[in-house]
Amino acid sequence: MTKSSDDDLILTTSNLTKEFKGFVAVNDVSLKVRRGEIHALIGPNGAGKTTVFNLLTKFLSPTRGSIHFNGRDITLEQPAQIARRGIVRSFQISAVFPHLTVLENVRIALQRTLGTSFHFWRSQRSLEALNGRAMELLEQVGLEAFANMNTVELPYGRKRALEIATTLALEPELMLLDEPTQGMGHEDVDRVRDLIKKVSANRTVLMVEHNMNVVAGISDTLTVLARGAVLAEGPYAEVAKNPLVIEAYMGTEQVTETHGA
Amino acid sequence: MDRKLLGYGALLAFGLAAPFLMYPVLVMKVLCFALFACAFNLLIGYTGLLSFGHACFLGTAGYVAGHSIKVWGFPPELGLITATLAAAGLGWAVGSLAIRRSGIYFAMITLALAQMVYFFFLQTPFTGGEDGLQGVPRGKLLGVIDLTDDYALYYFVLAIFVFAFWLIHRTIHSPFGQILKAIRENEARAISLGYDVAKYKLLAFVLSAGLAGLAGATKTLVFRFATLTDAHWHTSGEVVLMTLVGGMGTVFGPVVGAAIIVTLQNELADKVGSLVTTIMGAIFVLCVLLFRRGIVGEAMALYQRMVGPRP
Repeated sequence: MTKSSDDDLILTTSNLTKEFKGFVAVNDVSLKVRRGEIHALIGPNGAGKTTVFNLLTKFLSPTRGSIHFNGRDITLEQPAQIARRGIVRSFQISAVFPHLTVLENVRIALQRTLGTSFHFWRSQRSLEALNGRAMELLEQVGLEAFANMNTVELPYGRKRALEIATTLALEPELMLLDEPTQGMGHEDVDRVRDLIKKVSANRTVLMVEHNMNVVAGISDTLTVLARGAVLAEGPYAEVAKNPLVIEAYMGTEQVTETHGA
Repeated sequence: MDRKLLGYGALLAFGLAAPFLMYPVLVMKVLCFALFACAFNLLIGYTGLLSFGHACFLGTAGYVAGHSIKVWGFPPELGLITATLAAAGLGWAVGSLAIRRSGIYFAMITLALAQMVYFFFLQTPFTGGEDGLQGVPRGKLLGVIDLTDDYALYYFVLAIFVFAFWLIHRTIHSPFGQILKAIRENEARAISLGYDVAKYKLLAFVLSAGLAGLAGATKTLVFRFATLTDAHWHTSGEVVLMTLVGGMGTVFGPVVGAAIIVTLQNELADKVGSLVTTIMGAIFVLCVLLFRRGIVGEAMALYQRMVGPRP
């Protein structure tokens, strides 16, 4: 591999393996995520997508193999450390702070930059300086009208949008989205897909997705996982024609999964 | 907002008048336990950590205050400060170990460590064992104000309580408090936003332990002795009861809860004897079944239903 092609890669894994008491959940996965792309990780249930995801975000540690971000080995780092380097993840079920307002949710993410997060003697009015930026982010995802609502009252699709706004607040270089459209109805799926496309400008997105419709429309590269290992990799059109993929994933599941289950 | 200030003003006025309406020592006892419960609530209500060993901070500070004032001849204010720092230090040690786990395991670790502290106090000679550390002089505040007078002591205790309550209120409504709430609401998300949650939990634990210690030290000054009961796990359970009855995660709930439980115990002890434990148990069951948000929590919910949702 030459130096120049290395620079194009934002995240690489080599021979990533995770075993749970003898069961190999992720087997020898080597991913290459190119800068500026939307990269999708797909596969049937139990293929190891979420495990790979948790390995990348350090919520699990690998049994073997290494992870490099911008050429730096991050295999042994802590999850909060990774976040500060610019890798920010979302969760499969909506990850919001339910009993804080929508605005406060975004502000929590912005707050770290102030450096006052341990100041228990300071009034929280000092955080109001962040309101302007927080409102801008809410506008980006169409939530400005809900700013003062308690987050628990938002409909599901809006919670996912809020999650994306919160993630954007950290200005991540790499956004990791774990099944962003899971459990959504049609309109919500379309809205979130457009949103992902919109926010992917100037940054890289790696998403785990079940719903082929979402993936087909927006991703530049697909990696198909099956039984913990990489089955195929490439652009959608190419991968979709791969007979192995059709057999393992599309042939059996596409019919039932296209509507987002 | 104005109505809130008015409410606090009315409560402060009541606090100032209370010793003329009730037996001052009882009101001071209520204030000590109210502070203890508020400190506990900072952890359970705003960080989501259930400590089942908070009595060890109350008890430790009680002994440190008693010993430093009685044996080393510290003036009362220095005794209180020393005891508070000792409790905060112990909080740092216990917290560092306990926050590595969460949920029931966290509770069990705090309980186990608190029991170790209890047995230490039971065995060491300076505490007086079962008899307690008796005859602690109240002394003179700053060398001037004679605290042997119940009324003088009362206003000192009230001042301590108001200061500590303000500090807890401020902590809850600070940038730090926002992160604590985020951790309570969704710990994994707080981590993924780049926060080292362990450090936030530890600071919350140390603050809570220190303030619980301030309550214990003040209590020693009020009663002129430090007792093993304060370090016993019954006390750790009682503070859970006070917080639940009053309303977990509300600023004022623990104060109301402590007032009810302490007054009831005081009133009933002469009349029903050991039945008081059963009555406390029944209150706990009723509270959990009927009004889970506690008295203040339910009252606030009722108020919001009547006035409509927050603007």
